[in-house]
Amino acid sequence: MGFPHKPHPKETVVLSQYFGDPEARSHKGWVKRGGYEALAQALKMQPGEVVEVVKESGLRGRGGAGFPTGLKWSFMPKEKKKPHYLCVNADESEPGTFKDREIMRWTPHALLEGTAIAAHAIQADIAYIYIRGEFTEPWTIMEKALAEANAAGVFGKIKIVLHRGAGAYICGEETALMNSIEGKRGNPRIKPPFPAAVGLFGMPTTINNVETLAAVPPILKRGAAWYKGLCLSNPKSTGTKLFSVCGHVQRPGNYEVTMGFPLKELLYELSGGMGAGRTLKACIPGGSSVPILNREETESTLLDYEGVVAQGSMLGSGGVIVFDDSADMVYQIMRLARFYAHESCAQCTQCREGTAWTTKILERILGGQGKIQDLDLLLDLSENMTGKTICVLSDSCAAPVVSGIKKFKNEFEDYIAGRRKPVMVA
Amino acid sequence: MPDDLINLTIDGVPVSVPKGTLVIEAAKQTGVLVSHYCYHPGLPVAGVCRMCLVEIEKAPKLQIACATQVTEGMVVKTQSAPAKDARQSVLELLLINHPLDCPICDQAGECELQDFVFQEGRAGTRYAEYAKRFNPVEDFGPDVLYVPNRCILCTRCVRFMEDVAQEPVLNVSERGDRAFIGIHPEARLDHPWAGNVVDLCPVGSLLSKDFLHKARAWELDKTASICTGCSQGCNVTLDTRDEVVVRVRPRPNLEVNRYFICDHGRANYRWMNRGDRIEAPLVRRDGELHATDWDEAFARVLGILRGASGKAVALVSPGASSEALSLARRLFAAFEWTGAFQVVMGEEAPLVGVPNLALRAERAPNAKGAEQLGYTRDYAAALKAAESAAVVLVLDDAECAVKTAGALIYAGTTLPPDSAARAADVVLPIANVAEEDGTFVNRDGRVQRYYQAKPAPGMARPAAWVLGEVAAALGVPEAA
Repeated sequence: MGFPHKPHPKETVVLSQYFGDPEARSHKGWVKRGGYEALAQALKMQPGEVVEVVKESGLRGRGGAGFPTGLKWSFMPKEKKKPHYLCVNADESEPGTFKDREIMRWTPHALLEGTAIAAHAIQADIAYIYIRGEFTEPWTIMEKALAEANAAGVFGKIKIVLHRGAGAYICGEETALMNSIEGKRGNPRIKPPFPAAVGLFGMPTTINNVETLAAVPPILKRGAAWYKGLCLSNPKSTGTKLFSVCGHVQRPGNYEVTMGFPLKELLYELSGGMGAGRTLKACIPGGSSVPILNREETESTLLDYEGVVAQGSMLGSGGVIVFDDSADMVYQIMRLARFYAHESCAQCTQCREGTAWTTKILERILGGQGKIQDLDLLLDLSENMTGKTICVLSDSCAAPVVSGIKKFKNEFEDYIAGRRKPVMVA
Repeated sequence: MPDDLINLTIDGVPVSVPKGTLVIEAAKQTGVLVSHYCYHPGLPVAGVCRMCLVEIEKAPKLQIACATQVTEGMVVKTQSAPAKDARQSVLELLLINHPLDCPICDQAGECELQDFVFQEGRAGTRYAEYAKRFNPVEDFGPDVLYVPNRCILCTRCVRFMEDVAQEPVLNVSERGDRAFIGIHPEARLDHPWAGNVVDLCPVGSLLSKDFLHKARAWELDKTASICTGCSQGCNVTLDTRDEVVVRVRPRPNLEVNRYFICDHGRANYRWMNRGDRIEAPLVRRDGELHATDWDEAFARVLGILRGASGKAVALVSPGASSEALSLARRLFAAFEWTGAFQVVMGEEAPLVGVPNLALRAERAPNAKGAEQLGYTRDYAAALKAAESAAVVLVLDDAECAVKTAGALIYAGTTLPPDSAARAADVVLPIANVAEEDGTFVNRDGRVQRYYQAKPAPGMARPAAWVLGEVAAALGVPEAA
């Protein structure tokens, strides 16, 4: 539900049912609401059976890539020869995304339950929940919830460990997250080997997003067929998804809708539309790393993995950033590029130097000192920053730049031609 | 053909390599050097510089040749337009913050950044209006300077210290384009093998203080040699400028020293350039040593050897070539011969990440060879025996405390004022290791050849030539 707003009738409330309900945070309150029944059920099943149910449900990773969760679990060795690990990616740092934080704030036991089920399914002994360093409130809530759940002994042999990040965006990348847990610098690793073969501490590892795992208990409880039925458009995208709407809307917040829900309705009805007298200019539908959509594309987008791709962007993490006609797209894109330049881990040349150079060019254009050739240079740089590096951070920096220049070229040209007052950026 | 060979095609050239080979190594087999920075065969693969991007058929995007293993039927194109574009872009990005101070950079001429930019970089930069990143030069250790402005963050040095030396004092500090190589605040880069980071650095970012501004790379002549620092027998290159040895660098030998040498060996070259050398044969006349020509010196030696019998003692340096050591024994075929050597001992310093590689306690290159030729380590007994011997030969050991009632022949490079060898009847000037060809036998019994890097001073000749002339005149039979 659109916490802190009242639920909207068009929402399908599964994960966010108890947002705003402080009683659901406690173990007692969670059990009263039917919590840990799915875990008890899962522990009676064979690991392979749990994987089959999740496969059947069509659940896909909610962290950004949208990889089928059951399939990912099935990559783990069937026969356990070494310790298996589960990592939970709660390092939610993608600008514009704030769904995992709410899950941890209001329903910590939903995450813990999902984590334990997943650990059982992949035969993991230990599950690490890697929580973003800045998440002070979710951290204390998770700590308390874990202590309560451990005291109640609900996890059986499975051990859950909370690990706190130190503030690096890149640690949300799965292999960087593993390095970080190991106590190393949070640098992404080259793949292959993939984590299911060589992951945390060199052992077979699966890594899932908070929202993905929070969706697992309802799937087990209500059945794969029910979850699979939650689909408004493409049958490959099932279930519900939390969308964090922010920017120029009247009611920013988290909204949970069925896959395939129209983005237009999410913006104009659930989030209350733009401010008075304002019109929609652009929208980033999946967190800052995906291409920007213009108004026409935004209004014809269906929110599932395929629907957003059809409009030239990606569903990503579901962080919907909305720009109305007052937004300065050049400035917004510069801010995004600056973020990536700041967060680049410095391993790959294209990313280390390219993100910083991109930012400098954008700052210069904003300062009224740009040249028209700079736009071609930006596109060429972005081309060379896409698909050439270890992880996708540099691709993420290039995506908004390329789509921004393509769709809002006039705004860049206005700065370059001196038709717009220069903006000095510190 | 064995089953474990993989067949692939690189730039149209078919090649078969063992399973598990990396594309970059397979390419070397076909004569293609894919540009690269972070990859080094002696270090774990990092895959960070993204320089070695190549096109591989059926792969969805360009792949790095350094981290991709060959597969059967793989078709690699290193020169396709997308691959060349990608590499050109990496080079441009590496250069935007590079100072291009090649005229004052020690690496110029042997710099991989120069080489690959000349090979496939852009003619000009598009990074025109912006200031370059600046960080001051840092003193990392006894022989290493870090010039961060030139650094391309390939992390070879970090990986060497972490995985090979296993003393992780270096890291990548900061992030993004602010990143630089950092050193632990309380540590120095003073590991006995730390100097290798200078060789590993593909650019002029890590510099040897010893070699700082000493020579330009293109002025150097390079000669294959063997390190004389200990009994490990590391393969080295002697870099000479105007017939002066100015630098010792490792020469790869996977069986002995892989790609590395220790700092002791690296610094162990100044004596090769000594100026106080014996430049002419000396013979004793009227109680004094007088310079003469080789004919008179040889005649004197032959006179001694033909006129004496009984006990002969050879006191030799374990740094002499096996050829010289062999002759120093064969000359005395008619005598009751004793040969011995003494080895200076030091502290052993292993390079942990490489099996059977260490700066050995035994600080001599050919002790094993001497032993195999019948020389003993009982130097004290040999010195004692020398006192009553008919003939004593001292080979290249000016420090030898020799005393004898018989004749003393000294073949050496120097003759210090307090040397016992000054009592010799004949002094034969010989070449040092940089001035002759020869072989050493390392501690594992490996016979290794070294070559002449510079001419010997004056009339000095290789010991094997000097002793060989005497042997020939004596009619000593060829060695069996």
